[in-house]
Amino acid sequence: MTPDAAGISPNVTREHGLTLLREMLRIRRFEEKCAELYSAGKIRGFLHLYIGEEAVAVGAMQALAPEDAVVATYREHGHALARGISADRLMAEMYGKHEGCSRGRGGSMHVFDADTRFYGGNAIVGGGLPVAVGLALADRMQNRRRVTACFFGDGAVAEGEFHESLNLAVLWKLPVLFLCENNLYAMGTRIERAQSQVDLCEKARSYRMPAEPVDGMDVVACEAAARRIAERVRGGEGPAFIEFQTYRFRAHSMFDAELYRDKSEVDAWKPRDPILTFTTALEASGNATDDQLAALNRTVADEIATAVQFAEAGTWEPVEDLLKDVYTR
Amino acid sequence: MTITYREAIRTAVREALTRDSRVFLMGEDVGRYGGAYAVSKGLLAEFGPERIRDTPLSESAFVGAGIGAALAGMRPIVEVMTVNFSLLALDQIVNNAATIRHMSGGQFSIPVVIRMATGAGRQLAAQHAHSLEGWYAHIPGLRIVAPATLEDARGMLWTALEDPDPVLIFEHQVLYNMEGQLAEHAGAVDIDRAAVRRDGTDVSLITYGGSLGKTLQAAEALAGDGISAEVVDLRTLRPLDMPVILSSVTKTRRAVIVDEGWKSGSLAAEISARLVEQAFYELDAPIARVCSAEVPIPYPKHLEDAAVPQPAGIVAAARQTLGRRG
Ligand SMILES: Cc1ncc(C[n+]2csc(CCOP(=O)(O)OP(=O)(O)O)c2C)c(N)n1
Ligand SMILES: [Mg+2]
Repeated sequence: MTPDAAGISPNVTREHGLTLLREMLRIRRFEEKCAELYSAGKIRGFLHLYIGEEAVAVGAMQALAPEDAVVATYREHGHALARGISADRLMAEMYGKHEGCSRGRGGSMHVFDADTRFYGGNAIVGGGLPVAVGLALADRMQNRRRVTACFFGDGAVAEGEFHESLNLAVLWKLPVLFLCENNLYAMGTRIERAQSQVDLCEKARSYRMPAEPVDGMDVVACEAAARRIAERVRGGEGPAFIEFQTYRFRAHSMFDAELYRDKSEVDAWKPRDPILTFTTALEASGNATDDQLAALNRTVADEIATAVQFAEAGTWEPVEDLLKDVYTR
Repeated sequence: MTITYREAIRTAVREALTRDSRVFLMGEDVGRYGGAYAVSKGLLAEFGPERIRDTPLSESAFVGAGIGAALAGMRPIVEVMTVNFSLLALDQIVNNAATIRHMSGGQFSIPVVIRMATGAGRQLAAQHAHSLEGWYAHIPGLRIVAPATLEDARGMLWTALEDPDPVLIFEHQVLYNMEGQLAEHAGAVDIDRAAVRRDGTDVSLITYGGSLGKTLQAAEALAGDGISAEVVDLRTLRPLDMPVILSSVTKTRRAVIVDEGWKSGSLAAEISARLVEQAFYELDAPIARVCSAEVPIPYPKHLEDAAVPQPAGIVAAARQTLGRRG
């Protein structure tokens, strides 16, 4: 470990600390805007917000190289932004505009981007895991030193596809990073009511896969674990599992009345808000001044405002093209 | 009384739970959350967690468990959130529910009811909005029903539970908020017969589920044009009630089939083939089909609307069978 140069945490320089904060803020502000736009009818369908969980995507993404692959869920705006899909193209996708990253065909739940090797955006719980195994299989067969990062929730752990995928990945020693975002709930079902074994790492270990829990509200801890474990996976040691212990501050989707949890439970988690705590840490360690933070907030606000303008100015795909892209030729 | 489609189903579920202690409801988030489409809202408080049973995200396991419980004498109502998710339970439905009666030489029956939402119209894109009931209607051993009215939403469930074989109930997701009048004493209805929802003499519009409303709108528009369209609601997709379909087409001599499934290999294709086999000489015009475009359902509203049957397309198809253009 290098010395605690910036006083935030080992290995985190001042500049990197501000980068992490900015990335989390971009996600937060983007999604707050999305919630507004949903009420305004600009965004439709299902909308699942990641607010509260930003540290996981931002931290984990630091461990990936451009040639690595990402597979995510329907709660993937944060992953998309942290992976480098522009807020413009993402917002246009939220609107369903032609200029969106999935050409408007996918919407909030189906973000895809070839440039950043972002393979969705999957709205079938557990549906991404087998695909991640296949992406990694191809890398292994072609001797490429790449990693596939596969994000999924605690709910997905109950699906057969989770178990089949973990087994296969270990059996074939594939470079998959299984990144479980345990926010304690699958829609309204708390983990204790869905899992006979709530220690999710034990499930991975039962397939002889190395597994570690990490504080998913701490961006530095998320990054450190992801970097360390990704290097082992990249080095050919086979797949690994990280359980990010986190919490969703907002409803499951815009239709959720949250009958299943008390507001007091949500409030109890709020002091652990990853943006709040990290901002405080940066300030306390003298790594961010009020002016710097204000400037950062302005930059992010501008980026989101520009993204909304981009989406508003976007075009609707002509209806004559309805049958486009069902087949390649 | 005024009631929504959602409330009509809830009333039916409540009645079944009250009438028969073997009945229970199971599925993802049917209890505490109140149901993905709020059908079961409030039932947990009334009936408790044994009979309003939340499951993990394990479609194959809980649908299979419904089949097993039915084998052993229970009367499970299994709720699958959306037809797309039922694909994770396809093995249990097709390889077990549909076959055990036959494979066992008639020793075992599976009186399970599996309910699920189907269809497009809420901009949920390509993994939440397909109409796969026609696929299920391909399978011998399953009964497939599609309540399109409040009476059927209220009445089909009990009859399905009394049926000794597996019944799949497809609830089109745009219908849940449909509101209307339902008789106070409304109760069980048959699940064998098609129904004529509007009488007519010039053309038969044959449809089901979420397309019934659009088809009735089309019939209204046609009436304004002097065309008398009869509207047949299939109600049950397997087995098909051919006598009602045939008597309508024999009267009008023209048929338009409206089906939100994709045209290729669709239920509409099956009905069309049967009409050709059984009523070829009664027809005065080629059969027309109004189905979904051959594309996964796209997210943007204008493309989703263009992908699924709409009243204008039904009107145009009907006019064409009468030799009228535009
Ligand atoms: C196969 C399947 N079953 C059910 C659903 C409906 N559904 C969507 S998200 C969700 C909860 C998933 O929870 P989790 O995996 O913990 O992810 P989170 O939403 O908490 O991020 C459910 C039940 C679905 N999309 N796919
Ligand atoms: Mg969860």
